[in-house]
Amino acid sequence: MATTLDKVDVVTVGAGWTGGIIAAEAAKAGLKVVSIERGRERGTEDFLRVHDEYRYAIRYELMQDLSKETITFRNRPDQRALPMRTMGSFLLGEGLGGAGTHWNGQTWRFLPYDFEIKTMTEQKYGANKLGPDYQLQDWGITYDELEPYFDKFEYTAGISGEDKNPFAGKRSNPYPTPPMKKTPVLEKFEKATSDLGYSPFMLPSANLSEAYTNPDGQTINACMYCGFCERFGCEYGAKTSPEITVIPAARETGNYEIRFHSNVVEVLHEGGKATGVRYINWMSGEEFIQPAESVVLTSYVMNNAKLLMVSNIGEMYNPETGRGTLGKNYCYQVLPGATGFFDEQFNTFMGAGSLGMTIDDFNGDNFDHGDLDFIHGGSLSLTQTGSRPIASNPVPPDTPAWGSEFKKASIENYTRTLNVGAQGASIPHRQNYLALDPTYKDAYGVPLLQLTYNFTDQDRALHKYISEKATEIIEAMGAKQAVGRAPITDYDIVPYQTTHNTGGTIMGADPATSVVNNYLQHWDVENLFVVGAGNFAHNGGYNPTGTVGALAYRCAEGIIKYSKEGGSLV
Amino acid sequence: MADEKKDVSRRDFLKTAGVATGALVGGGVIGGLIGYNAKDGGTATDEEERSGGRADQTAGSPGGRMFFTNDHDFNVLSEATERIFPEDDLGPGAIGLGVPYFIDHQLAGAYGNNEREYMQGPFNGGEVTQGYQSRLRRKEIFLQGIKKMEQEAQSRFEKSFTELEGDQMDEIITAFQKDEVEMEGVTAGFFFRLLRSAVLEGAYSDPMYGGNVGMEGWKMKNFPGHQASYIDKIDSKEFQEIDPQSLGGNH
Ligand SMILES: Cc1cc2nc3c(=O)[nH]c(=O)nc-3n(C[C@H](O)[C@H](O)[C@H](O)COP(=O)(O)OP(=O)(O)OC[C@H]3O[C@@H](n4cnc5c(N)ncnc54)[C@H](O)[C@@H]3O)c2cc1C
Ligand code: SF4
Repeated sequence: MATTLDKVDVVTVGAGWTGGIIAAEAAKAGLKVVSIERGRERGTEDFLRVHDEYRYAIRYELMQDLSKETITFRNRPDQRALPMRTMGSFLLGEGLGGAGTHWNGQTWRFLPYDFEIKTMTEQKYGANKLGPDYQLQDWGITYDELEPYFDKFEYTAGISGEDKNPFAGKRSNPYPTPPMKKTPVLEKFEKATSDLGYSPFMLPSANLSEAYTNPDGQTINACMYCGFCERFGCEYGAKTSPEITVIPAARETGNYEIRFHSNVVEVLHEGGKATGVRYINWMSGEEFIQPAESVVLTSYVMNNAKLLMVSNIGEMYNPETGRGTLGKNYCYQVLPGATGFFDEQFNTFMGAGSLGMTIDDFNGDNFDHGDLDFIHGGSLSLTQTGSRPIASNPVPPDTPAWGSEFKKASIENYTRTLNVGAQGASIPHRQNYLALDPTYKDAYGVPLLQLTYNFTDQDRALHKYISEKATEIIEAMGAKQAVGRAPITDYDIVPYQTTHNTGGTIMGADPATSVVNNYLQHWDVENLFVVGAGNFAHNGGYNPTGTVGALAYRCAEGIIKYSKEGGSLV
Repeated sequence: MADEKKDVSRRDFLKTAGVATGALVGGGVIGGLIGYNAKDGGTATDEEERSGGRADQTAGSPGGRMFFTNDHDFNVLSEATERIFPEDDLGPGAIGLGVPYFIDHQLAGAYGNNEREYMQGPFNGGEVTQGYQSRLRRKEIFLQGIKKMEQEAQSRFEKSFTELEGDQMDEIITAFQKDEVEMEGVTAGFFFRLLRSAVLEGAYSDPMYGGNVGMEGWKMKNFPGHQASYIDKIDSKEFQEIDPQSLGGNH
């Protein structure tokens, strides 16, 4: 039997970026907040011996324990979905800070075009640009409406950047800290892209260029460019993460508690209102009910959708009829790009997770798509994130995969390779969606989430076009050999691509086509909030967390307002 | 012991001995042979002879096996890893780097037991895009794969895998790579990919795991390992050659 605990004002499922932001804002406003987090407590002091590629980057020390829970996957609805038994394509977070502990820190604001993508695309190219299988949708909020919240997230995180992107939405304030160091390889990219007529700028970074104290009074230190950043925690407290910012800010109020090792299995609800969550402490085996005035799902894209599904909240999306919203518009990203092989050696083993330069000339609708068979595009960057020897064995095409030729070529090119890569936007397709798996279960007997996903013709066209642009850039940088990415075929869940999963619990202006309103308040259950990249109605051409952070701040404002007034926030 | 073997190349030694190092002599001589192989002149430096130091050849080097019970299995594994990552003028190969020991240790632990991976049934063969679907854990896949390699050697050349010429070993490894060998509960191609990844992991992980002995893998690649900070070097236009450091050094 489950033990019922004392009621709190707000319960969040998970304590990553979204859970941390909600907790800090609500606790500062005097609300009693509890986060139920299935992972463990951890922080900067755990990362002093973190420069271990094998343990952290290859064996995924900081990430989700799949023996307890994973998802199932298939490319098409007519296939049998099978469990993702090992991690690969994306790396799910777990523990205090969630994936925000081991992220890179590339912190973007989606383009104004992204939020009104359907309207703007149709205005310019007509209603049939992509055809009926693509489910483009506006987000129910504009860039201008979201701007104050972008600002808020950037000032919490201390983002290091420069306001030189001619395609970016208007900013109310400059970046809180100056850009990162422009290293020789970045200068090479800057020169080549400028010569080609593009507009390079320093990538906005949550690895900070200098020490910074945020409005909550939390200090983030200066980055040491240690090269063990993506997939690692930062031993300097220099990579802005929830556990060094919003979590301590929430704790300092005295209104916040985190329960670790505790896995939420259900959202409880009655008469159209959420009453709390049920969870299992997997260390003690005990089951608890945590009643709350407001329930906030902050457990990432996958479990936010799954918890709604297993709790029977909302109508499941049906790919046949297009009806239903829960699970709809799952998107990912494509990664066009090019590799350049050079004669000279570069210090690419040094770097930081968001050290880079970018051009946005081929992102969003920043270029004309009139003669192209796709929409959107992607930010094109050269990053210097620290290339490490197990994962980085670049060889020219036609080199054998093993043996002496491979050994020579991979050692030679390890320090003589640069990459220009894009985060290609992903447009929702009727057959790409989330559901519940009928066969496989997690360690608590709850069905696994089922992902049906494949790349589309839109993806393939975008990938080809942007890869050609990347190849031109790397050639202009003086590569002796430039190799564009091979055309994409079927989505493969094995090789790492990106942890930029989106959709499934999308936001919008209309309950018939979205799960939550633009405060991320559930349309059917007014004291239930669902926060994360799952709210994205499509995926843009950048990393997601800048936009996720902004949405979380807006949601927090909504939760505080709801606690006083109740009712629908829109 | 290293001195006695100085004028014998590692491979000649293996050939004349008829078995790979693990069977005959264990870790001690491997250490000695590595000391020889890693240096052109064949003279171990003082640094290499010092024990326990960060740059020491034996720092973190493994003294025994935790997983393989059978010497011959281990020798087959060793020879296969060496073909995948051979010794050459750049530096040691997989055996010299301790990769077989690295793999042995990994198979005995979380990696070999797929501890943090979803291993609940039902098991169904899937599309390649669906990834690992075997009911077997990595330790079982390795053991089976190695025995199959030996069987292939016997059926193709009527010799043990460890007695084959290099190109004969390559023929067998290629057959696995191309999925031309039957395995139970897993494909040969899948085993090959696991093996290849494990070799690179052993060659380049921190020496505290038993591979990358003497940080020679890192040295070949000019990777400095664990460095606290590059803040004073990141601007540099010149390529920086930095003495590598292991987490397993003296602290
Ligand atoms: C290697 C890597 C690099 C990245 N780099 C970037 C980048 O440069 N820029 C960028 O914008 N984004 C990046 N991301 C993505 C970024 O990390 C995520 O967008 C962000 O952390 C998501 O925050 P979240 O709060 O939504 O989810 P998470 O951080 O995943 O937090 C969710 C938390 O909920 C917990 N949880 C889940 N289910 C349950 C349950 N049932 N019960 C209890 N607790 C539960 C989890 O344990 C976890 O701690 C990267 C991600 C990875 C993996
Ligand atoms: S690169 Fe910078 S921010 Fe990233 S882990 Fe190292 S010191 Fe921290």
